[in-house]
This record gives sequence, structure tokens and C-alpha cells, in this order.
Amino acid sequence: MEEARTMQVDLGNLMAFDSGHHFPSLPSSREELIEKCLEKGTELVQAVADALFNLPSTEDVDGPIVKLPPPTTKLPREKHLPKPKPPTKWELFAKAKGIKNRKKDKVVYDEQTGTWKRRYGYDRVNDDRDVPILEAKATDEVGSDPFAERRAEKKKRVEKQNKNRLQNLKQVVKAHALPSHIQLAATALPITGTQAAPKKVSKDELGNVAGLAATATASGGKFDKKLPGEKKPKHEQKHRKFLPVAEGKGQGSKEKEQTDRVLNKLLAKNSHEILNVDKAVSMYNVKKEKKRSKQKRDDSSNSSKLKPQKKVQKKPFKKGSAKKGSEKKGKSK
Amino acid sequence: MSSQVETGRKTLILQGMKTSGLLNSVLTEIYHLKKESSVRYTRKNDNVRPFESGGETSLEFFSQKTDCSMFVFGSHSKKRPDNLIIGRMYDHHIYDLVEVGVENFKSMESFVYDKKLAPKMGSKPFIAFIGEGFESVEELKHLKEVLLELFRGEVVENLNLAGVDRAYVCTALSSNRVVFTHCALRLKKSGTIVPRMELVEVGPSMDLVLRRHRLPNDGLRKEAMKTAADKPKKKEKNVGRDVIQGKIGKVYIPDQQLGDMNLPNKAKGVKRERREAKMNKQANGHAPKKQKGGSN
Repeated sequence: MEEARTMQVDLGNLMAFDSGHHFPSLPSSREELIEKCLEKGTELVQAVADALFNLPSTEDVDGPIVKLPPPTTKLPREKHLPKPKPPTKWELFAKAKGIKNRKKDKVVYDEQTGTWKRRYGYDRVNDDRDVPILEAKATDEVGSDPFAERRAEKKKRVEKQNKNRLQNLKQVVKAHALPSHIQLAATALPITGTQAAPKKVSKDELGNVAGLAATATASGGKFDKKLPGEKKPKHEQKHRKFLPVAEGKGQGSKEKEQTDRVLNKLLAKNSHEILNVDKAVSMYNVKKEKKRSKQKRDDSSNSSKLKPQKKVQKKPFKKGSAKKGSEKKGKSK
Repeated sequence: MSSQVETGRKTLILQGMKTSGLLNSVLTEIYHLKKESSVRYTRKNDNVRPFESGGETSLEFFSQKTDCSMFVFGSHSKKRPDNLIIGRMYDHHIYDLVEVGVENFKSMESFVYDKKLAPKMGSKPFIAFIGEGFESVEELKHLKEVLLELFRGEVVENLNLAGVDRAYVCTALSSNRVVFTHCALRLKKSGTIVPRMELVEVGPSMDLVLRRHRLPNDGLRKEAMKTAADKPKKKEKNVGRDVIQGKIGKVYIPDQQLGDMNLPNKAKGVKRERREAKMNKQANGHAPKKQKGGSN
């Protein structure tokens, strides 16, 4: 069986392909088929393992580690190749002038202290802060602080460098070759691979922002300086109105009015439980009339037998009585 | 984030308007097999129709959002039951598609085996392709490539030999049917450093029946297959070998333009003008200072 000839092994992908095999006749049952597949599969996996375990390995805590060769199968990329970034201004200048980059050592010998110090960073060689004395030059003004001047100069240099760096980045953006970490930092997205547009705030939201911020102040934003064109808040922020403590001129009896209002409201709510005076009076009158007419008839029909006359109980009708229907109208038989 | 060398595709697993129970388990199990490198969407997507011209915009949007350059789309219909569309993207646009139907599916849970053999999540698998169909039939060739990308995991340089514990076996039964199964590996002692491999089926296992497929057009294909290593094929110029002397190189010196050259040391003292000025000064003795020396 010329298996070895038709076997292709891609070690970088741990893949084996046997193109020479074909099923002359399909096995009758599923189990047999699976068995055959596994049998053949085992052969292929063994072939890959043969190549794999024969690679030079380094011992590690978890086990032997081998360096896999790159995969041989050609597969399409998922993203385009990164575009080359345009050279920076310094790079262009250096190329024109023929300046080559010289490799610098991380530690430099410091003459002053006689030790080896870092070229940059903590405890560096030419630190600006280390100079104790600066000799005055003839060009110096009388009151100027040379140390402060040196610090200001350093700051200016750093700012200039930063500005140049940003200008270079702008060129890179134009050429669509921005490195991914900078693009992520610029748009600050949690999800990779997105070009998120900045969040658009609506006009209403912007209008409300000033109001929201104003409520945080003690006076509710009433005395905040308004920007030109800013409108007054939509509704008064105060939700409670207190009457003046002392009654002044023209105030009248506002407190009395307020309490009256409250009282009337309460009465109106409970009115179905309170006595309707007019109705009670008219009912009484009607009853009285009926009784009188009845008595007249009785007198005429009956002899003057003494009838016990029940006393009419009249309860005083109080206006605004809050008792629940316990008021009994005077009933006379 | 584009890089020179790519390390494996992230996969998006999603479904269409109608799925069957079987298809759901298939999608879930594929997700389990690819846990770290895949994203699972569980909602039903009506407007995803990869083979139709307008139906890919949603997919491309998802691909951009999740940074997934490969997708597995499951759907079920009377015409195409238990359908899986596996597709790849280039630059978040559809590159190619292959549609398969799933038959004879056996889920991971239906397999009984020694639990100690269970493959660890994220381990690099062995992949075996059996059958001449994978080379002779174009659709199968395409499917082989797609399955390789789907299951190979992350492309790594260093591999721990103690961690190899799974293998995928794909067998081409006919020109349109592939038997796919997932096995755990048992490494047995053999006389040599290479252990003896034993495959134990752990599932899932299924038959994939080829349906439609779409290959990329040539221009797109050429662009996607470009690699960084394509350019530096430069022949080393001006280098020759001599039997006696070994490697010989030719060096061409251009004509020197003395006027335009950059001087290596711009030491002030070396400048001709200054030299001449000095000489003149000495010659003139205590001559007036303002006289600048030298004619150029």
C-alpha cells in the first residue's frame, strides 16, 4: 500500500491528509464505517505524531515544549495586510542628511559621581535637578531665576516634541496605517474591531443638562450666570410655597383663608356623611303636618281617651357636625 | 487589528428564523468545541441570507462588531433541513460560503467513555482528512479548507506535547458526503519517544452533506492570499561565489560630488574659512580685527 506517498502532513496545523484512500465499497453498517474511519484516522494521527514528537523539545514545568514549524497550507487572510506607515518628519530629515541611528547604551558613566548611571529615567546622568549651582552669565537679568528658566525650557521642549508626534500621527491617519492600539485609545471602545461614532447628544438633552447641573446648587441654579442665548428653566424649581410669617399690609388674613380652604376641602370630601340641614328641616316639617292632621282625625273618631303623649325629642341641629349618621332626627309618633 | 501574520479566525455562531432541536445541539456543541475563539448569538435572525445578494449586510455588521472573520449559520426549512452555512470573511466582507446538511448527528452526551480522557478546552487538535474526494472534488476541497480553519484553533509557535488530547477525523465517503467525528487521544507507551496514538470517540459526530457553495472571485482571492513574505524574494545582487576565494561581492562607487558632500566632523576648527582666517590673522599680526580672511 503506497500510503506514505499519498499522505500529506502539515505540521504547523497538526493536520494529515491521505488522498490515496477511497472506499471501494461502502461498509454495510454505521458501526463498521465509523470503525474504518477511526482506524484510518489513527494512522494519520500517528503519522503527525511521529513528526511532532521528533521535533527538538525544551523541558518545561508542564511538559516538553516543541517549536512548531509555520503551517504549510495556504489559507486566505481574514484582514488586509497592514499598510506601511509614511516616514515621520525626523525620518525624512535623517534620510536626506544621511544621519544614521547609533545604538546607545542604557548605562553611561557619570563623571561627577564616578558611577555608572542610567541614560534616562530615575537617577539619570544629566538630570536637570541635580545641578546645585548655576553661574550667572552677563546676559542674565537681575531678578530672573535660572532654575525656573531651565525647567520652563524643558517643558517647552517636551511640548514641542508632543506636538511633532501628533503631527506625525495625523500623517499616519491620512495614509490609513494607524496602529491598532492608538486607534483604540482614540475612540475608547470596549469592543474590538469597531469604528464607533461619537455619541450624539440631542438638542433636548443638551438643553436639560444646564438644568440638571443647576439643581445641584444650593439655590437651585437661580443665581447662576446664564450663557448668552440660554433660556430660563422651564418650570420653577420650588415646589412648596410658604406664607409670610407676619401679616403685612394688604396681605389680609391669608392664613385664615388658607385654613378655611383646607377646612372646606375636608368638608366637601366627607359631606355624604354629614347632615343635610335643609332636607332634615323640611322632613321634620312634613312629619309635623302629617301628625297634626292625623291627630285631628283621631280626635274626631275617638273619645277623649287619654293617650300617652310621647314627648318629642328634638336634638339641636349643629352645623358641620362630623358624627356619622348618628344624628337622629326627632321622630314623633 | 491587522497584523503581518494571522493567528486563527474567531467564529460567530448564529441561527435563522427556524431551527430544529438537532440543529440547536449542533450549534451548541460547535460552540463548546471552540469556546474561547467563538461568539454565540442566540436570537433568531430573519434578515441573514448569506447566499442572497442583500442578505449578507447583517452578517458583515456582526462580523465587524465582534471581530469574527468566520461564521456558522444554522437554519431549518423543509427544502433544506438541518442546514449549516459556514462562511469566511475578508476585511469583514463575505469571502466564500459552503452549505452543508447535517445527518446522523450524535451528540457529545451520547458517547460513553472514560472521563479522564476528556479533552481539555482549548487544546490544539490533530486533524485528519481521509479520502481522495478531498483532492479531486472541488466542493470537497473547499470544505476541507473551511473545516481546517474552523477547527484548527489558534496558530501557535510553541506547543506543549503533554497537552495534545483531541483529534478531528473527516472522511470523504462520496463526492458529496463527509463523515465528521471528534475523538480524544490516548497516548500509549511505545518503544520510542513517539507514543502510540489511540482514538476514542467522544463526539459530536455527524455526516455533512454538501449542498450549495460559493467560491470567491479571482481578484478577491488573489488579494486575500497575499502574504507579507511574498515581496522579499529579491535575488541577492552583486554577490557571487568563487571556488577558490569563496563569497565575492562587487562594490560600485559612484562619482564623488565634492561640493555636495556632508563632512563627517563639522568641527569648527576644520572649516577652511576659519583656518584661512587664522592664517591671515597671524600673517597680518595685529591687523584690524574686522578684516575677514580668505577668498573662497
